[in-house]
Amino acid sequence: MKGSIVALLLIAAAIGLTGCSAEYPQSSLHPTADFSRDIDTLYRTIFWWALGVFVVVETALLVVIVRYRDRPGAGEPRQIHGSTALEVAWTLAPAVVLVFIAVPTIRTIFRTDGTPPPGALEVEVVGKQWWWAFSYPEYGITTANELHVPQGRPIALTMTSDDVIHSFWVPKLGGKRDLMPGRTTRIAFTADSVGEVYGQCAEFCGDSHANMRFRVVVDAPSDFDRWVENQLALPTAVDSLPATAQAGAQVYMTKGCLACHVIEGRSAGVLGPNLTHLASRGTIAAGILPNDAEGLARWLRDPPAEKPGSLMPKIPLTEDEIAALVAYLHSLN
Amino acid sequence: MATSVMTHDSAGDPMSLGARIWSWITTTDHKRIGILYGVTAFVFFLVGGLEALLIRLQLASSGNTVVSAEAYNELFTMHGTTMVFMAVMPLSAAFFNFVVPLQIGARDVAFPRLNAFSYWVFLLGGLFMNASFVFGAAPNAGWFGYANLTSTQYSPGMNIDFWVLGLQILGVASIAAGVNFIVTIVNMRAPGMRIMRMPVFTWMTLVTQFIVVTAFPVITVALVFLMFDRTFGTTFYSVAAGGDVLLWQHLFWLFGHPEVYILILPAMGIISEVIPTFSRKPLFGYAIVVYSGLLIGILGWGVWAHHMFSVGLGPVADSVFSATTMMIAIPTGVKIFNWIATMWGGRIRFTTPMLFAIGFIAMFIIGGLSGVMHSSPPADLQQTDTYFVVAHFHYVLFGGAMLGIFAGIYYWWPKVTGRMLSEPIGKLHFWLTIIGANLTFFPMHFIGLLGMPRRIYTYDAALGLDTMNMVATVGAFVTGVGALVFVFNVLWSRRRGTPVEHNPWGAATLEWAIPSPPPVYNFSVIPEVRSRLPLWAQSGMSEVPATPPEPVHVPDGSYWPLVASLGIVIAATGAILKSVPVVVGGGVVLVLALYFWAFEPFEV
Repeated sequence: MKGSIVALLLIAAAIGLTGCSAEYPQSSLHPTADFSRDIDTLYRTIFWWALGVFVVVETALLVVIVRYRDRPGAGEPRQIHGSTALEVAWTLAPAVVLVFIAVPTIRTIFRTDGTPPPGALEVEVVGKQWWWAFSYPEYGITTANELHVPQGRPIALTMTSDDVIHSFWVPKLGGKRDLMPGRTTRIAFTADSVGEVYGQCAEFCGDSHANMRFRVVVDAPSDFDRWVENQLALPTAVDSLPATAQAGAQVYMTKGCLACHVIEGRSAGVLGPNLTHLASRGTIAAGILPNDAEGLARWLRDPPAEKPGSLMPKIPLTEDEIAALVAYLHSLN
Repeated sequence: MATSVMTHDSAGDPMSLGARIWSWITTTDHKRIGILYGVTAFVFFLVGGLEALLIRLQLASSGNTVVSAEAYNELFTMHGTTMVFMAVMPLSAAFFNFVVPLQIGARDVAFPRLNAFSYWVFLLGGLFMNASFVFGAAPNAGWFGYANLTSTQYSPGMNIDFWVLGLQILGVASIAAGVNFIVTIVNMRAPGMRIMRMPVFTWMTLVTQFIVVTAFPVITVALVFLMFDRTFGTTFYSVAAGGDVLLWQHLFWLFGHPEVYILILPAMGIISEVIPTFSRKPLFGYAIVVYSGLLIGILGWGVWAHHMFSVGLGPVADSVFSATTMMIAIPTGVKIFNWIATMWGGRIRFTTPMLFAIGFIAMFIIGGLSGVMHSSPPADLQQTDTYFVVAHFHYVLFGGAMLGIFAGIYYWWPKVTGRMLSEPIGKLHFWLTIIGANLTFFPMHFIGLLGMPRRIYTYDAALGLDTMNMVATVGAFVTGVGALVFVFNVLWSRRRGTPVEHNPWGAATLEWAIPSPPPVYNFSVIPEVRSRLPLWAQSGMSEVPATPPEPVHVPDGSYWPLVASLGIVIAATGAILKSVPVVVGGGVVLVLALYFWAFEPFEV
């Protein structure tokens, strides 16, 4: 039993310390930002101390049960009631180990307390059942479920919730922080590698808690500037769209979509995600479906079937209307 | 009713089935109440286990559809609520009831009818909570029920009402039992059973009961606030009206962390009895083990905000709660070293209870070390609300509390029933449990660190966690087979278990000085205790004759505790139905039952 535990733990160490990061897009063991690296360094310190204690204590247990098992002819054991010296020793030993854990812990607490460094890019995060709104006051951009950040520039998130408690968690970039109604919380990080990483709500928030996911895209600074520019441009005018997309715009305006969603220049609903540049996003419905023709059509057919409890109702649409709507929404770039 | 005067064991004349059932319903005998607690809590344990298996089936692969999102949220909520309040706590209560009076040389608990009342309130509260499944409205906001998800705005159904009322009812049972056992242990010890001669299990029971009577009022306050918010529109947790969602978290964890020690200290007490018996050595450092238990009980009050590091309480608060949490690892570590030192130099017999006790130590070390990992707030920011934490507390609560409870069941079973459980079947149960539990919970460390949050009914295949989740699911079913093997052992033992005398294990404490099962009056004569290990020491206690030299008064039966607890559940049902007359009716039943209870002729 103890042997298998040790073996498992060694596998743990192997995965934890050498594992390949591409396979685990939401891993806390493969940091790509200063915040997550600080935590990772601290975690590894604690891990080795814990592994040491584990080996010592489980070995002691094994030695005892092998060496002092009942054997025929063994005499009556000596009746020892205790030993002050020993007990003092094994009270102090853990205390010393804990000091070695506590000191870097407290250092890291203060280093990662979310104070934004000078020159940070401010992003406001609002959690909602069950999606994320991201806005960049510096640029006047609002988007949803896909956070773009430039590599190398500090990012300062100011977070709150519109309804219940959520928790913002992108393991590769840093630790989680709760979003609470009536309060604002902060985290700050600087991403150091370009690429897409996964995030997910980590505080149980109702029916579709599991479906409240998002992506963070870390862009090279020039790519990020292009993205900003693109987000600031108005979508293509409806008149210059192909016929299907024009029909889709008609569906958008007549079937109630406009009541909840923003498309700059078309509608100003506030309940749902901003769709102005929907086509620029990789996923739909808070990271649960790919934002391709099939994924978007599936979502439009029956949102509560994809995301139980979804505030977006099932709107009776024909397959033609759905195809048209997909064409229109995918023109929003 | 008159006071019975018993001169011998009452098992003389055969009773009709009806009379036998009635004697159980009206019983005030701590041993029978202990058995009722044990059987009831074990049934709830199986229900909670079934919920766990459904959870594991759903998570066996990504995008699975065994249950719906709504059903999944009910399952994990009820799994946690059931295991904490209806399985582990009352399983411990079964031992408090059966064992503690015997260990201190008492004839019963201080308040036998209050004891019966505790049991009936627990049973009916548990049934009430589970009745929610019948209405398709099982609680679904997690066992921790964070505000404001529990508000009528976000949880309009009856689900949360069942939870709020059910937990309050179960709290009544716990507090009543807590008072009862504190008074029993403080006042009813046999002559010479000085406080530092008490068996460690009784000591840990005493510490646990002090935590119960202080911690449960805190959650009761939190629940009453929530009930008022939901029923009368008060605004304790309503942000829009100036309330605060964090108020709930502070109150809940101010209760919730001491609750962890309510769950684990009794199991620590159990293995502190089992290990010396099967090592044939006294407990190493008795005083230190007792004091560290006390210290854990006290320090347990100063660590609650470590459940809230992700809230962002600020670096100073996080540092302080981190330090207090690390401190609590010290007395816990001391206990582990003392148990190992007890075995050192002993003659260890690997009986089933001893295997479970050793399993407790091996598993608890792992759970303790992962606990130290998330006592560090930055590390915890990656671990909290993930499967890493699920792994941690299952090592502590399943690997710790439940293995300890199984150790206790195998250890005291012959005392309770007069027959042994089968050792070979017991060992099979042990190995299935230890292998199954490690297969289930060990991979969860990685599942969490690699990015899987808790409480999600589905996950993305892209996370790369399918294989490890499948391993965990297989492990859960192995553990489940182990539980069935145990049930088989119990049924087998009823007819074929080897009958035993007073002290089949050669143990040292007072409960082994009397027949198995004990006569209704426990001790024919209250013994005088002269040693911490009365059965091992030379003349460690006075003689307990086989038959009482003079008539023994034993408590009478009473049905008023059951009626009073029915009143409470009727009132709660009225609250669910939003029917004032039913609430008032339940209240009247309760008050009348207490009145007749108070004036019932009864003598202990």
